[in-house]
Amino acid sequence: MDSLDPRIARLHDIRAGEVPTVGAHDYGETYEVFHQAKRGKHHAHVGTVHAPDPELALVYAKEQYGRRQQTVNMWVVRTADIFAFPYDDSDMFDSTPQKIHREAAGYKTRDKIEAYKKKQAQ
Amino acid sequence: MYGGGYIPEEEKRKQQHMEEDPAKLAEFEARIDNGEKIEPHDWMPAEYRKQLIRMIEQHAHSEIIGSLPEGTWITRAPSFKRKMALIAKVQDEIGHGQLLYNAAETLGKSREQMMQDLLTGKSKYSNVFNYPAKTWADVAVIGFLIDAAAIVNQVANSKGSYGPYSRALERICYEESFHLKQGHDAFVALATGTESQRAMLQDAVNRWYRPIIHFFGPSDKDSVHTGKLMRWKVKMMTNDAMRNQFLSSYVPKVWELGLSFPDPKLHKDDNGEWHFSDPNWDEFYQVIKGNGPCNAERLAVRSWVETQHKWIREALFNPNAKYTLPLS
Ligand SMILES: [Fe+2]
Ligand SMILES: [Fe+2]
Repeated sequence: MDSLDPRIARLHDIRAGEVPTVGAHDYGETYEVFHQAKRGKHHAHVGTVHAPDPELALVYAKEQYGRRQQTVNMWVVRTADIFAFPYDDSDMFDSTPQKIHREAAGYKTRDKIEAYKKKQAQ
Repeated sequence: MYGGGYIPEEEKRKQQHMEEDPAKLAEFEARIDNGEKIEPHDWMPAEYRKQLIRMIEQHAHSEIIGSLPEGTWITRAPSFKRKMALIAKVQDEIGHGQLLYNAAETLGKSREQMMQDLLTGKSKYSNVFNYPAKTWADVAVIGFLIDAAAIVNQVANSKGSYGPYSRALERICYEESFHLKQGHDAFVALATGTESQRAMLQDAVNRWYRPIIHFFGPSDKDSVHTGKLMRWKVKMMTNDAMRNQFLSSYVPKVWELGLSFPDPKLHKDDNGEWHFSDPNWDEFYQVIKGNGPCNAERLAVRSWVETQHKWIREALFNPNAKYTLPLS
């Protein structure tokens, strides 16, 4: 080796002006990455990686999304295998918050009980 | 790092008139006014998509190319601790590039195409990475001041309207705080060290001053173009505002160490506005165009890596391909 400086050490290998062609699928397809911080918690979507297969997608996911803070587990799944509603259809969820009959707060009995007790006491 | 505020336009920008459906445009703008994020499959103006692709792609390239000057110092870091920090930082920068390529891809440009455009020089990246890192002090200046400048830009943009970009930036900003801290630590170590260490640091500060002033790009406060980008929350602050915020925060941190900048006009006025000498914007445009001191070297290294790694990718994609002995 000529030098500890890579700029000098690699001079022989690099020829300026040679531009390789990057093929249309050279980097592989994308995988969605799900990260679990703690046992018992949900896996949460954190992003994507490009990989040639699921095993390597896990390796890249570890490097990209698991190199800081706590991680106990990760999932990867091909982006192409994710099915989703279009945002254009999100109005179908509009009335959900009004469905008070699905909520505990939608049932109030105390008034009736108090009225009943009052009546009984008379 | 490293999105500068400056987003170079394509050469001879085609002034296509992009007609948008007024009803859809109004709905889109109302969503932005509401503070809602735009997601990949939402309707968006063609111009919004185009500007975002260019901006995020340039940001991604800046991360990848930006790791090259620092990367060459990993073998020569002055202590084990500095070497560990530098390896971690360089890995982060490559990771930032990956996150940003992903965000740009959601808008319809493939990662392969972005890489190709970087290698041919069609896509641009930040001016600052076309200057050499001559000494260890350059690594300290980059880690402290260039990362600091990039943070100003990235924190602002993380509040932008495009969901995938702002999510990527939130993660990036979290990691940048470590870059800034380790850079400041290396900077202070030299500034409070021996006379020759101080001299080496002052020399690096002198050489980086102008590229840092250039980093945010020329003034764009009167640009109609910037007005629209800010209206759509693609750009969150003008170049001048970002530069001013950077100078306010970091010039005092250099001055307090008894170091100086090679510009007698650099000062803050009573309104909190910073002034500096004419930084020769011509040099900036030349560097962006590809004529800086290291542009050719940076792209040659990236091309070389791409070529060197091709067989690895081919092996990974065809793991079952077998060598067959000739029959006769
Ligand atoms: Fe970065
Ligand atoms: Fe950084």
